[in-house]
Amino acid sequence: MAYVAIADRDHEQPLHHPHSFITKWVFSQDHKIIAVQYGMTAVGVGLVALGLSLLMRLQLGFPDSFSFLTPDTYIQSVTMHGMIMVVYLLTALLLGAFGNYLIPLMVGARDMVFPFMNMLSYWFYLLSVIVLLTGFFLPGGATGAGWTLYPPQSITGGTPGAGGGIISMLVSLAIFIVAFTMGGLNYVTTVLQARCRGMTLMRMPLSIWGIFTAAILGLLAFPALFVAAVMMLFDALLGTSFFMPAIISQGESSGTIGGNPVLFQHLFWFFGHPEVYIVALPAFGMVSDLLSTHARKNIFGYRMMVWAIVAIGAISFVVWAHHMYVSGMNPYFGFFFATTTLIIAVPTALKVYNWTITLWKGNIRLNVPMLFAIGFIFTFIHGGLTGLYLGNVAADIPLSDTYFVVGHFHMVMGVSPIMVIFGAIYHWYPKITGRMFNNTLGKIHFWLTFLGVYSIYLPMHYLGFLGVPRRYFAYEGISFSETTQAVNANITIAALIVGVTQLLFLFNLVWSLRKGKPAEHNPWGATTLEWHTPDKVPGHGNWGASLPTVHRWAYDYSVPGASQDFLPQTMSSEEAISLGARGTEET
Amino acid sequence: MAQDAIANAGYQEVVADWSGDRQAFQVPWGKAMMWFFLLSDVFIFGCFLSAYMAVRVATVDPWPNSAEVFALSFGGDPIPLILIAIMTFILISSSGTMAMAVNFAYRNDRVKTAALIFMTAAFGAMFVGMQVFEWTKLIVEEGVRPWANPMGAAQFGSVFFMITGFHGMHVTIGVIYLITVAVKVMRGHYDNPKPGKGSYELVEIAGLYWHFVDLVWVFIFAFFYLW
Repeated sequence: MAYVAIADRDHEQPLHHPHSFITKWVFSQDHKIIAVQYGMTAVGVGLVALGLSLLMRLQLGFPDSFSFLTPDTYIQSVTMHGMIMVVYLLTALLLGAFGNYLIPLMVGARDMVFPFMNMLSYWFYLLSVIVLLTGFFLPGGATGAGWTLYPPQSITGGTPGAGGGIISMLVSLAIFIVAFTMGGLNYVTTVLQARCRGMTLMRMPLSIWGIFTAAILGLLAFPALFVAAVMMLFDALLGTSFFMPAIISQGESSGTIGGNPVLFQHLFWFFGHPEVYIVALPAFGMVSDLLSTHARKNIFGYRMMVWAIVAIGAISFVVWAHHMYVSGMNPYFGFFFATTTLIIAVPTALKVYNWTITLWKGNIRLNVPMLFAIGFIFTFIHGGLTGLYLGNVAADIPLSDTYFVVGHFHMVMGVSPIMVIFGAIYHWYPKITGRMFNNTLGKIHFWLTFLGVYSIYLPMHYLGFLGVPRRYFAYEGISFSETTQAVNANITIAALIVGVTQLLFLFNLVWSLRKGKPAEHNPWGATTLEWHTPDKVPGHGNWGASLPTVHRWAYDYSVPGASQDFLPQTMSSEEAISLGARGTEET
Repeated sequence: MAQDAIANAGYQEVVADWSGDRQAFQVPWGKAMMWFFLLSDVFIFGCFLSAYMAVRVATVDPWPNSAEVFALSFGGDPIPLILIAIMTFILISSSGTMAMAVNFAYRNDRVKTAALIFMTAAFGAMFVGMQVFEWTKLIVEEGVRPWANPMGAAQFGSVFFMITGFHGMHVTIGVIYLITVAVKVMRGHYDNPKPGKGSYELVEIAGLYWHFVDLVWVFIFAFFYLW
């Protein structure tokens, strides 16, 4: 009996249609609702992290001015800000929210392959967020170990939250990983197994390629963090010595013996470096679609863009120890990892060139999403180049643990993905809500954010060259140069402005939900499937009576001769030729 | 499309072939998902075992001799690793019965399938039972604790309880999973699959998990007990 693909038995696909308010909006199995739930939770917890970063900046810019800021609260803010932003905001927003929303719509599926597990994924994520935030209310407060949680310091007395906060952090991470695994399995399986007719892998929009590769990276990288978290929980709760060497502090022995602290760093960064690309690859993918759509031009070098995403994903597993040049590992490791780090720049640079060439002679429409996409190219080149620089052992060792590193990674994995997230939210807002956002507010948001992040992070590179170390509460008595304090004060003011600007963004989202102009069905003139659903705001099941059929790739913009400047993926060759398009045999 | 592929023979053709269909693998969604999950789980166990090796290399105290620690004596001389040998034999046998169950499942032989899955689950439960015996003996009689043990490096106990515990948890979950599938087979749940009810494919998917847990044990056996 020939095997019939499940996606081909369309009428058999069970969809659990909601019957009540609770199953429709709360315990929903619809990928679009789950995506919005993921997004709102991530933004909510992200606001907490934004607030924490402003607390840090207040202390650094105006030391000794705020009595509620102690060294403990400062280092706790550093820790929670870092972990929330990287894991609970960026990963959850890019994969949980955008992955959930875009994958079924862009590949032409009715939903994720296992909707119930998809729903569980969100609830486990919410649980992990709650467990994480309980850390603030435990005796001793949240953990102050730095977001990398390096032992032995993270679980020895004297570090804030060494008794309670670190436990809630580790448990929360383990729960998050379970949540991510359930989501990630769905994303990967849906992309590989549930595409609509004609949607070959090499016709998928780059957004999907980015999210798909990132989901695979997550499935293979999060295990290392899971193992590290379990082992550290053993160390903290059972008194084992996985990561704990013999320590004598103030005449007292820790009772631990023979552990291997560098092992934690290896496990952590075996997760931590792919994590950078778990965040970056979906952003790379979505920005490609944004640039192509708003420049009315096909993406330059689609196949190479796909291969670059895959290559970056593969190489990202062999670069992790470039975070550990000063850890005391074998110096030959530095040689190997510096080389792989520089190699990974090749596919990355290829992508940057292709984005720029996509813009070249395009019919650029400076819509708000496009502004953010172009802003991303700037911030990413900037952060990427300093990354190349830091990838060299000789440059990294003197700059390690200075503000140069802070400036670098905030540009490359903080600001850059966030720029894409803003652009993507503006881009897909009409699809999600059926209404347009306020354009003027969007532009103000862009310019304040874009110029603001530069005035925050550029001076940090300068501070790094002066040798200002990161994670310090105060630099009493040490002046690195006459201007250090003034620079820090300036950064703080810029950070406050950028922080407040984000309220403008949130206001825009909420206000436009009610008062925004009703959006057209396809306001940007995009080719991809999600803009060609039967309903403007797709209902449960997405596609009405029958699944769409795809005839072409996702980038048929400004096809020569055609009377309309985009050919949707669902348009057949005959229709395209009748529009006068030349050279559009199905590719 | 077709002309292109012929013109650019070579890897592009391979890519076009593999990516051309609606699904990359001609298998049910559940089976594909189980593959990806197991791949992810490989990394978990890989990290556990690598961490064990790193810890063992780093520790300052001598590592206990596993042949002595895991020996049992029946009346006379202690026999090294005898319990572990029996456990390994049982677990590998259970993979055999599972494979037979999958075979009968695809012949829609309800009774034999269910019986073989139950047998597999029983083997699994025996394995867990012997693990409980092993743990009890180490904890009660020999004073091994996660944080210390009388034989040498403290990490010996830590790693032992963590890794065999994590594997034992997998086996336990597997036993529950298998019993669930077996009950469904018995009730004829998969005989006339309605949409969304599943089919005998689910037996094979459960089998994939079971074989994986088995395979992991072989690595734990080799790296922990034989080294």
